[in-house]
Amino acid sequence: MGKYVRPSRLEEALSVLARPHVVLAGGTDFYPARVGRTIDEDILDISAIAALRGISTTAEGWRLGATATWSELIEADLPPLFDGLKQAAREVGGRQIQNAGTLAGNLCNASPAADGVPGLLSLDAEVEIASQAATRRLPLDRFITGVRRTDLGPGELVVALHVARPVRPARSAFLKLGARRYLVISIAMAAAVIEIAEGRVAAARLAVGACSAVAQRLPALEAALLGAPVDGHLADRVDRAHLAPLTPIDDIRGSAGYRGDSVLVLLRRLLAGLAP
Amino acid sequence: MKVAFTLNGTAASWSGPPVTRLAAALRDDLGFTGTKVGCDAGDCGACTVLLDGRQVCACLVAVGQVEGRTVETVEGLADTDGTLARLQDSFLAHGAAQCGICTPGMLMAAQELLRQVAQPDRTEIEDALGGVLCRCTGYTKIVDAVLSASVQAPVVVPAAGSAVGARLPRVDGHAKVTGRDVFGADGVPADALWIRVVRSPYARARFVLGDLAPLRGRLAAVLTASDVPFNGFGIYPDIKDQPVLADGIVRYRGEAVLALVGERAAVLSIRDDEVPIVWTAEPPVMGIDAATAADAPLVQADKPKNLLLDGGVRHGDAAAAFASCAAVAEGVFETAFVEHAYIEPEAGWARRVGDRIEIHVTTQTPYMDRDEIANVMQLRPEAVRIVPTACGGGFGGKLDLSVQPLVAIAAWLLKRPVACVYTRPESMAATTKRHPARVTAKFGCDAEGKLVACDVSATFDTGAYASWGPTVANRVPVHAMGPYAVPHVRTWGEAFFTNGPPAGAFRGFGVPQAAIAHEAMMDELADQLGIDRLEFRHRNALRAGDKTATGQVLAHSAGLAQCLDALRPHWDKARDEAAAFNEKGGPRRRGVGVGCMWYGIGNTSMSNPSRMRVGLSPAGTLTLYSGAVDIGQGSNTIMTQIAADALGLPAAQFTLVAGDTDLTADAGKTSTSRQTFVSGRAAEGAGRDLRQQILRLANSGPEAVLSLDGAKLTVRDGAAVRTIDLATTEALMGEGTFDPPTTPLDANGQGIPYATYAFAAQMAEVEVDTELGTVKVLRIVAAHDVGKAINPMLVEGQIEGGVAQGLGLALMEEFLPGRTENLHDYLIPTIGDVPPIECILIEDREPLGPSGAKGVGEPGLVPTAPAILGAVHHATGVRAHRVPLLPHRLREALIKLQEGALKGTAA
Ligand SMILES: Cc1cc2nc3c(=O)[nH]c(=O)nc-3n(C[C@H](O)[C@H](O)[C@H](O)COP(=O)(O)OP(=O)(O)OC[C@H]3O[C@@H](n4cnc5c(N)ncnc54)[C@H](O)[C@@H]3O)c2cc1C
Ligand code: FES
Ligand code: FES
Repeated sequence: MGKYVRPSRLEEALSVLARPHVVLAGGTDFYPARVGRTIDEDILDISAIAALRGISTTAEGWRLGATATWSELIEADLPPLFDGLKQAAREVGGRQIQNAGTLAGNLCNASPAADGVPGLLSLDAEVEIASQAATRRLPLDRFITGVRRTDLGPGELVVALHVARPVRPARSAFLKLGARRYLVISIAMAAAVIEIAEGRVAAARLAVGACSAVAQRLPALEAALLGAPVDGHLADRVDRAHLAPLTPIDDIRGSAGYRGDSVLVLLRRLLAGLAP
Repeated sequence: MKVAFTLNGTAASWSGPPVTRLAAALRDDLGFTGTKVGCDAGDCGACTVLLDGRQVCACLVAVGQVEGRTVETVEGLADTDGTLARLQDSFLAHGAAQCGICTPGMLMAAQELLRQVAQPDRTEIEDALGGVLCRCTGYTKIVDAVLSASVQAPVVVPAAGSAVGARLPRVDGHAKVTGRDVFGADGVPADALWIRVVRSPYARARFVLGDLAPLRGRLAAVLTASDVPFNGFGIYPDIKDQPVLADGIVRYRGEAVLALVGERAAVLSIRDDEVPIVWTAEPPVMGIDAATAADAPLVQADKPKNLLLDGGVRHGDAAAAFASCAAVAEGVFETAFVEHAYIEPEAGWARRVGDRIEIHVTTQTPYMDRDEIANVMQLRPEAVRIVPTACGGGFGGKLDLSVQPLVAIAAWLLKRPVACVYTRPESMAATTKRHPARVTAKFGCDAEGKLVACDVSATFDTGAYASWGPTVANRVPVHAMGPYAVPHVRTWGEAFFTNGPPAGAFRGFGVPQAAIAHEAMMDELADQLGIDRLEFRHRNALRAGDKTATGQVLAHSAGLAQCLDALRPHWDKARDEAAAFNEKGGPRRRGVGVGCMWYGIGNTSMSNPSRMRVGLSPAGTLTLYSGAVDIGQGSNTIMTQIAADALGLPAAQFTLVAGDTDLTADAGKTSTSRQTFVSGRAAEGAGRDLRQQILRLANSGPEAVLSLDGAKLTVRDGAAVRTIDLATTEALMGEGTFDPPTTPLDANGQGIPYATYAFAAQMAEVEVDTELGTVKVLRIVAAHDVGKAINPMLVEGQIEGGVAQGLGLALMEEFLPGRTENLHDYLIPTIGDVPPIECILIEDREPLGPSGAKGVGEPGLVPTAPAILGAVHHATGVRAHRVPLLPHRLREALIKLQEGALKGTAA
C-alpha cells in the first residue's frame, strides 16, 4: 500500500512532490485507469488546497485554479469569450464527471480526445506550473507534447490556467461529434474564438481535437478569416487545405477520411453559428 | 487513516487507506450496499451519490476526499420511519425500476436535479440523468417518474379477482427503490475469501503453467483445470465443450485459466505478470470467412469444418417459384458481436453446508445452474442449492455459467465461503455475446404484392464454444421468412466455431439479426411495386387460420395485421411530416420506417415445463413459490397477479418465495419470452388448484367468494358463509404445471415448433445529419400483440427496454475483443439517445395462455433495428448492409450513393 497525502497548503504539496507521487485531483481519469487492481502508488491528493481552487478575475484576465471543475466553469459568471469552453464543459461525460473532473486534470491527462483542449487553445490559455524550485508559465500548445505526455517535470504541479482578456469583444463556440448523446468520447471536436472590430474578424483562433496526437490550432484558417465580415458567409472561408496540421487516424470510432470530412463540417457550422 | 463525514445526516467514520473508492468504503465496510458498482470507471453511474449535494460517481471519489463533507446515498431518501420520498413512490408507480440495479443512481441524480428545479422538463431531466445508464427500461418510465415526482403518485391496489390487467406496481419494487434489494455482490459474508480469475490475453494459444508454489504460499489456493472434477460445461446435455478452467489451450481472449483464491486484498494485489504462465500464441480464427476457409485450423479438434450445427425449413419449391415473381429483392446483411451490458456484472458466492454446496448468484436459470454445477462437481443435483440473488439484468447473458463453478469448487475445497465479482472488463471479455450473423436473403412477390417465395440463409459466428449456438441456429430458420404468409420457402441456419467470445443467448436468439434482412426485403419489394411499405406488410401478414412455413396452422392469436392497422394513422402522419421537413432542404433529412416481427414463445420443439405452487399456511400466510427468476422483466409481479385472480384473493395478500431451488419447483429458465406464457399458466393452475381445495373444504360451489383475514379464511357462496380456521387445518398447497404443446421438426423443418407466437410492428422516425452521418431517432411507435397484457405497465416496460436495445443494435453497439471491453468504448444508448416511445397493446387472445397472455420479453427488440434502418433508407436512400450503422459507415455510404448518382447522370 502506498502513501497518501492530502495537504491544505500548496508549499506542503510541492515539498511532497520532491519525491515522486501520483497527483490526484477529481479522480475521473485516475480511477478508471485502475479498475480491478489494488492502488499501491504514493498519492498526492490536491483537492484540499485552497490556493488551487476557484475561477477568478485578475488584472490581465482570468485565472482558473487547478482544481476548478467543469461544473464550476459552467456556473461561473464569465463573458461570451468563454461560451465555447462552457459548451465543451457541458459535453464532458455526464453531470457526475462535470462535478468532479477538473480542467487542469483534463490537460494533464493529455488524451488526444480531451474536450477541454481545443477550447483552451482557442483562448490562448497559459498553464502555470510550480515546483519547490520555481514557478513558470507555458502556453498550452507547448504544455501538451504528445499522447498522454506533457511538459511537466519531476516535482512540478499545475497550479492554474490563465486566459488573457482580449482587447476587442469576442465570441466563441464549440462543437463535438460523438456516437451518442452523453458519456461519449469525441470522434472529433472543434472550438473557435473570434474577436470582432467594426463587424469584421479582427482575430480568430480555431482548434480541432481528436484528429491528431495533440489538438491543433489551424493558423491558415485563422489567417483566412482575418478581416472577413462577421456574417453568414464566414463559413465559406473554410477550405480543406486549412486542415494541414491534422493527422487523423482510423480507430473504432471513425475512419481518418471521415474525421477529415467531419471537421470541415464542424468548422463551417461553428463559424455559421458565430455570425449574429 | 480515519475519515469522518456525514452520511445521510448522521456522523460516520471510516478507517483504511484514504485512496479507497468511496463506493467500496460505503459498500464493503459501512454496509451501505444501496450504492451499486457496475464498472468502477465512471461509465455507468450506478454508484451515483451526492457529495455536498452534488452528484458524483462514488467509484471515482477517494474516501479521503469526503473528510468533513456530507454524503447522501439511496438509503437516506426515505424518512427514518420508512415513508418513501415522493420520488421513490413515483418510480414505483411508473414502473421506472425494472431490475433495479441502476435505480439508486437514477434516484440520486434525480434528487440533485429536483432540489435545484422543482418541476424539471424533459431536457433538464436528460441532462441530469445522462450519466446513469439503464439497460432495462429504455428510460421512458424513468423520465415519466421524474416528471411527475412533484405530485403524489396514485396507488393501485386491485381487489380480489381484478389483478390481471391492472397496472400493479412491482411486488418487489420497494426494495429496489430503497437500495435494500440484495444483488449478486451485495450479500457476500464478511468472512468470505475472494476469487480473481486469471484470463487469457490471447484469442488462441497454448500454455504451460510454471511453478505455482510461490503464489500458493501467498494465497489460500490457486485453482487450475486439475481441480475441476468434470471440466466441461454447456447448455446442451451432449455438448459440454467449455472448460471451467482452460487446460493447456485457450480458444478466446478472456477465457478463464486460473482462479486465485484468498483474502480480497491479496488476490487483487497479484498482477497477471506475476503468474507463471508460458504462452505460445497461435493465429486465431476470427470471423465466419476464416472459420469456413478450406484450410481453416479447427477451433475445437473434434468439430470438423468448425461446424457446430446446420438445418433449415423447406416448404414448396422456392427456387422454381422465383421465376414466376413480378418483383424479386436480394441482399446480404451483416451484424456484429453485441454485448448484453447489463449494469450488474456477474457476481455471487458459495458456501459448503455439510455435503451440500450452496450458491448465491445472479442468474436467469437456477435449475439449469444446479444441474450443471452438479455435473461439474460430480455431485447429485440434490446436493446443490442455488439461491438466486436479485438479478441486475440478464437479457440472455446470465443463462450461462460464470462465477458459479469457481466459487463452488473453491468453497467446497476450502470449506469457507468464497465470492467472486467480475470486473466490467472481465464481464465483457469473458461472457457470451449476440451471434454475429451474415444473412443472405432473397424474396419474391407477385404483381399484387403477395409474397410468393423466399430463400434465406443465416450464417452465425458462434465463437469458441457452443453455448446457446444450437438454439440460435434452430430458431432462425423458423423465423427467417418473417411474420408473413409465404407459400414457397427455403431457409437455412448454420453456426461455425471461431476464436471469438462464445456467442450465446441474447434477447431474440438470432431473430433480430434475421429480421434486419427480411424487413429490408419487404421495403425493397414494396418500393419496386410502388406499394406503401406498411400496406405491403399488411397484405402479407400471417393471420389466424394461415399455415406457416413449418406447416403449422395458426389457430388463434396472430395479431400482426391489427398491429399494422394501429400504426397506420401514425405512419401516414409521420410520412407527411417528414416530407414537409425535407421540403425545406438542408443537410438534415427525416425518414420513417416500419419493422415487423414474430416470435415463437418457449423452446423450439422441445419440452420446457414449469411447475408453480401456491401455499396457505396455518398462520394464514399466502405464499407463491415461484421458481421463475425475475431478472427485472417483472415475473414476480405477473405470477402474483395471475395466481391471485385464479385463487380469488387480492394480490396484496401474497408473499413470495422466488427462485431458491430448495424452496421452489422448477419453472424453467427466464428466456425465450416464456415465463408469462408457460410459468404464468402454471401459476394459474396452482391458484386454481388451491381454490378447488378450499372450495372442497368449505363445500362451496365454483362461484364462491374468498376472503382472508389472518388465519381466518371466509368462503361466501351466495347466502352461505363458511369460515375456516386455518390454524386447525393442515397447510394447503396448490400446484400447477404447464408444458407448451409442440412437435419435433422433421428433416424439412416441418412440425409445430412453438405453441404460440408473439407479433409486433414498430414504426421509427429518424433525422439523419447527412453531412456527419449521425442518426437521431425522434420517435418510436410500437404496436405489440401480447395476447393479453397481464400488467400493461410492465408490458410497456419490456417493449421500451427492447426498443432501446434495438436502437443500440442498429446504431452503436459493436463488441470487438480487446478493444471495446468497457462501457466507454462499447456504447449503449443513454437517456439522451432513446426517443419518446409510444406503446400500443393489441390483445388477440391466446387460448393456451393465462388469461390469454403470450410473451413480450424479446419481441420489443426485434422490429426496432429494421424500423430504424428502413427510416434511414427512406430519409437518405442508403440501405445499411452492416450494423451498427456508425456515423462513419453511414457517411461513407452516403458518399458512395452520391458518387453513384453522379456517375448515373453522366452516363
Ligand atoms: C465517464 C467519464 C466520461 C468522461 N467524459 C469525458 C469527455 O466527454 N471529455 C473529456 O475530455 N474527458 C472526459 N472524461 C475524462 C475526465 O473526466 C477529464 O479528463 C477530467 O477533466 C480529468 O480531471 P480530474 O480532476 O478528474 O483528473 P484526475 O483523474 O484526478 O487526474 C488526471 C491526470 O492528471 C494528473 N493531474 C491532475 N491534476 C494535476 C495537476 N494540477 N498537476 C499535475 N498533474 C495533475 C493526474 O496525476 C492524472 O494523471 C471522462 C471521464 C469519465 C470517467
Ligand atoms: S460504478 Fe461508478 S460509474 Fe459505474
Ligand atoms: S432497471 Fe435500469 S438497469 Fe435494470
